[in-house]
Amino acid sequence: MGQITLKGVRKAFGDVEVIPPLDLHINEGEFVVFVGPSGCGKSTLLRLIAGLEDVSGGEIEIDGQPSTDLPPARRGLAMVFQSYALYPHMSVKKNIAFPLKMAKADQATIDRKVENAARILNLTDYLDRRPGQLSGGQRQRVAIGRAIVREPAAFLFDEPLSNLDAALRVNMRLEISELHQKLKTTMIYVTHDQVEAMTMADKIVVLQAGRIEQVGSPLELYRSPRNRFVAGFIGSPKMNFIGGEEAAKHGADTIGIRPEHIAISTSEGAWKGTVGVSEHLGSDTFLHVETDHGVINVRGDGEVSLHAGDAVFLTPDLNQLHKFDAEGLAI
Amino acid sequence: MSTQASRAAARLMISPSVILLLLWMAVPLGMTLWFSFQRYNLLMPGQGGFTGWDNYYYFLTDPAFFTALKNTLVLVGGVLLITVVGGILLALLLDQQIFGQGIVRVLVIAPFFVMPTVSALVWKNMFFNPVNGIFAHIAQAIGLPPFDFLAQAPMLSITLIVAWQWLPFATLILLTALQSLDSEQLEAAEMDGAGAFSRFFYIMLPHLARAATVVILIQTIFLLSTFAEILVTTNGGPGNASTTLTYLVYVQSLLQFDVGGGAAGGIIAVILANIVAIFLMRMIGKNLEA
Ligand SMILES: Nc1ncnc2c1ncn2[C@@H]1O[C@H](COP(=O)(O)OP(=O)(O)OP(=O)(O)O)[C@@H](O)[C@H]1O
Ligand SMILES: [Mg+2]
Repeated sequence: MGQITLKGVRKAFGDVEVIPPLDLHINEGEFVVFVGPSGCGKSTLLRLIAGLEDVSGGEIEIDGQPSTDLPPARRGLAMVFQSYALYPHMSVKKNIAFPLKMAKADQATIDRKVENAARILNLTDYLDRRPGQLSGGQRQRVAIGRAIVREPAAFLFDEPLSNLDAALRVNMRLEISELHQKLKTTMIYVTHDQVEAMTMADKIVVLQAGRIEQVGSPLELYRSPRNRFVAGFIGSPKMNFIGGEEAAKHGADTIGIRPEHIAISTSEGAWKGTVGVSEHLGSDTFLHVETDHGVINVRGDGEVSLHAGDAVFLTPDLNQLHKFDAEGLAI
Repeated sequence: MSTQASRAAARLMISPSVILLLLWMAVPLGMTLWFSFQRYNLLMPGQGGFTGWDNYYYFLTDPAFFTALKNTLVLVGGVLLITVVGGILLALLLDQQIFGQGIVRVLVIAPFFVMPTVSALVWKNMFFNPVNGIFAHIAQAIGLPPFDFLAQAPMLSITLIVAWQWLPFATLILLTALQSLDSEQLEAAEMDGAGAFSRFFYIMLPHLARAATVVILIQTIFLLSTFAEILVTTNGGPGNASTTLTYLVYVQSLLQFDVGGGAAGGIIAVILANIVAIFLMRMIGKNLEA
């Protein structure tokens, strides 16, 4: 249960093609994350899979069943919305029970499943409250609870954490990952936060303007991005790109090197520069170094004691150098 | 920060308008109260004087009183039922993406701008008239005898006219409420397996409850004083079949020239309206909280 295949799926709003034909296969039990910049069509793609939006072309198969024309309720998928979309006039218990009630389950089954979901999500004490009386994180859990009780073939999440504060996000991120390990159900998760993508995903799908740029495990994308866009999008702080002569030396149009793959020295190295801003995070130090090749971000350990104006030498780790041709494709 | 002095100044400054408002309300109410205890009949000048509760006694024991009370409730209840149910249905329709949406919306609002007397006359002469009315024509076309609405079903006819006038108001308020419903809630319900009817009953209707409460409260206040439609169409008749409390007060004081009795009727109407208002607030006012 939980295989999803898209074949040549296309979506246009009027004349505007938001998603050109794309193919994608999602395996059973996988945690797949769609990432990409704002407006690239992540939500649209998710809504196409959910059935909330009609495809303009192509086919969707869920568990081998052609599902392109099935209404959302019959696809066996559950969705968690960014705004939670809880029913404000119903108690938490009724919210979670709603899908079961719609499926005409008997009361004993409903009670058992709601109780079970509430236990998994630590909501037992809040069952009689209204959504308006809950915190953001609790609401999020209710929304997930409503999805769990349906025992869907796959969960769809559309930026579920973007309304939460930073600390809570990290928490919920962990909870969702744990939930995935417990339930082993396919999950499709949309985010524009590449940290969420890297930490949670089994498989990341990087989108740009509706096109799939690359599909792969987080480390695959980190180690061997297929093009400049993916290279710049995955990893934080961003990869440094250098063009011109320096790139030509390596036989490329542009070279890319991640901040963590550059050695810092005060005495010798490949590129000479001056420290601009330095950010000390305790465990790490991020330096913005001005060189002949433009500003280069470097990551050093927490002990680096360089300050603005200091002269430094940078040496890239040649094994970790990424080379791109004129079209931006990796060589 | 308001100091003692500035607060005193503020009170002084708003006092003229407060006093004016108080006079505006208190003087007519006080005069009505005063008249209601006076023997004051325009046909019998010189026979004035205090009569105690007589006016109230005669008004309450008037055989027309209970008919009027019943008619008032029928009118208010009937119009509320038609406008709220019809308003929700119309709002659902107007919320759809239809061709010429703007024009349709203006058309729906139009009855609200027609004066009560005019709309009552239009209904009386062009729709209900047993000879020239559209309904009579339709009845004849399908071989039925024409139905004289105003004579045979006066309350129903008046309720229809008033409901027609208030339907746009209800529709407008309910439509804005419907449009403020988060579409993600509907989508979530759709994914949860709720069909169109379940979505309506479990998601839309509870969302509309608050707006419907506002519609009911506001309309009740105005409907209790419905007058022009009755005067223009049935004159409270046949007999007193369509006499409401408001109309009965008019009959007492201006047709029977009994100012004292009319005033007593007016006070009774005020008390009854307040009782209704308290009940309404109790029953549905809690929808307005939270
Ligand atoms: N109903 C619609 N009609 C027309 N265009 C739309 C509609 N919905 C989305 N779009 C367009 O489709 C594109 C993709 O939108 P989508 O909501 O999928 O972006 P997204 O990747 O989810 O972005 P974000 O991260 O900001 O949520 C956008 O350019 C948007 O303007
Ligand atoms: Mg989105």
